[in-house]
Amino acid sequence: MKKHLLALAITALAATAVVAQTGDTLAKIKSSGSVTLGVRESSGLGYTLGNGKYVGFHTEMGERVLMDIQKQLGLVKLEVKYQPITSQNRIPLVTNGTVDIECGSTTNNAARQKDVSFAITTYVEEVRVAVKANSGIQSIKDLNGKSVAVTTGTTSVQHIRKHERAGGIDFREVMGKDHADSFLLLETGRADAFVMDASILAANISKSKNPADFRIVGEVISVEPIACMLRKDDTAFKKAVDDSIKRQIADGSLAKLYDKWFMQPVPPTNTKIGLPLSEATKAAWANPNDKPLEDYAKK
Amino acid sequence: MAWDWQVFCEDTLERTPVQGCFGKGGDITYLDWLLSAWGWTMSVSLLALLLALLLGTLVGTLRTLPDSPKLVKLGNAWVELFRNIPLLVQIFLWYHVIPTMIPALQAVPGFVLVVLALGFFTSARIAEQVRSGIETLPRGQRYAAMAMGFTTFQSYRYVLLPAAFRIIIPPLTSETMSIFKNSSVAFAVSVAELTMFAMQAQEETSRGIEVYLAVTGLYVVSAFAINRIMAVIEKRARIPGLTMVAGSGGH
Repeated sequence: MKKHLLALAITALAATAVVAQTGDTLAKIKSSGSVTLGVRESSGLGYTLGNGKYVGFHTEMGERVLMDIQKQLGLVKLEVKYQPITSQNRIPLVTNGTVDIECGSTTNNAARQKDVSFAITTYVEEVRVAVKANSGIQSIKDLNGKSVAVTTGTTSVQHIRKHERAGGIDFREVMGKDHADSFLLLETGRADAFVMDASILAANISKSKNPADFRIVGEVISVEPIACMLRKDDTAFKKAVDDSIKRQIADGSLAKLYDKWFMQPVPPTNTKIGLPLSEATKAAWANPNDKPLEDYAKK
Repeated sequence: MAWDWQVFCEDTLERTPVQGCFGKGGDITYLDWLLSAWGWTMSVSLLALLLALLLGTLVGTLRTLPDSPKLVKLGNAWVELFRNIPLLVQIFLWYHVIPTMIPALQAVPGFVLVVLALGFFTSARIAEQVRSGIETLPRGQRYAAMAMGFTTFQSYRYVLLPAAFRIIIPPLTSETMSIFKNSSVAFAVSVAELTMFAMQAQEETSRGIEVYLAVTGLYVVSAFAINRIMAVIEKRARIPGLTMVAGSGGH
């Protein structure tokens, strides 16, 4: 009896693996009339307003991509399901088919490309340092002997470790469990700096009690191409997504969308994030590509 | 899927395999990091367990004192306070809220606060078990101790507690095992323990299955080791016939 159960379990496992691997996402969307969009709950590029409402630059861009796909497939109605994801579960959820396309703040890097594919880069993130305005910290060198908050499960931790070694500076890493937690560490003085993507830093600062108390300083620690994440080896779906993004770049709607989410007051508090479009992002839009992080580092 | 256990031999900067799996000259591999994370988990758990046993015994005893209603109330308040607030919330209170009221606590490292929070939380649960253990004993035991001319302290020390502890060893075993598992909340306040290692390392290496399996294995080993130690204690401390007496209690 036990053996039967085991065999059954293995077959079930194998069956789901097969479904996940042969996933022709366009066909799946067409036959089911629904698609699942992976979104972030608290990040600079996508966040929630509560009550199952998800907004943000990348979230809205993902919605537009899905609208284009709906047109392409000739569907009268396409139901978009939202699935909030975290840094830890986003890759498993995309590979196992729970999420069809994830537009959050995922860095396109070579390690991840072994498991998933990425659409063309839509935003180039700069990793920067946020400090209290009165702390006197001006650059990474000033962090010697200080404690630095980073968020668990992000690539920033690795960058900062490399910098620490290369620059001969010594600081203490304090790991927050999410961005809000890391920012709280900075706010309450448990950390002297918070190293993270500039969009996340800017969003957290704009939402804080007193935004003037914080500043983003110092050199750019690294640049990271951010893109929507798709299942691996689904060329038709990737082409559909890429085409839609290229269309949005070409007709200027993506730039307008950026302005809407980063330069204008945004919900829920109607504050401005105030992060102008960076040169790196402009360059990525001018030459649409899906190069991983490692190619940026070589330059 | 193919498993890649080699990932633990890679150093954490460049992800290049290191000979012998242990980093040299300041470099660390994921294996080094895993072991250090295990060390943090063990330290948090064992210190919290020590604190919980001491406080739990004290509070549990207070709650059964015959002629001190104030102390009994104090013990009850302690148990209800720490038992009714979720552990994670308690950790946040200790780490973020209380230091804003008492600035001196700002300088206290997260590790100490986690040991206190986990220790207090578990002490409330152990206190409840100690109380139930003492109350399980036949009333005659207390009277006999008094008849011998023992003070309250002596009757607890020589008669009530030794018998009560033998009765509550099984639930106490569960409690000591839970403390290892509960120690994962230390992650919320930046203690570099196993759960944090798992989340960070799986993100860096994309080998989540291997990382989580290794971490799960270490949790199982730690909890099971405590289980075996408690089993030995239970066996060694057993007094033939005692459970019979306790079982027929209440005459």
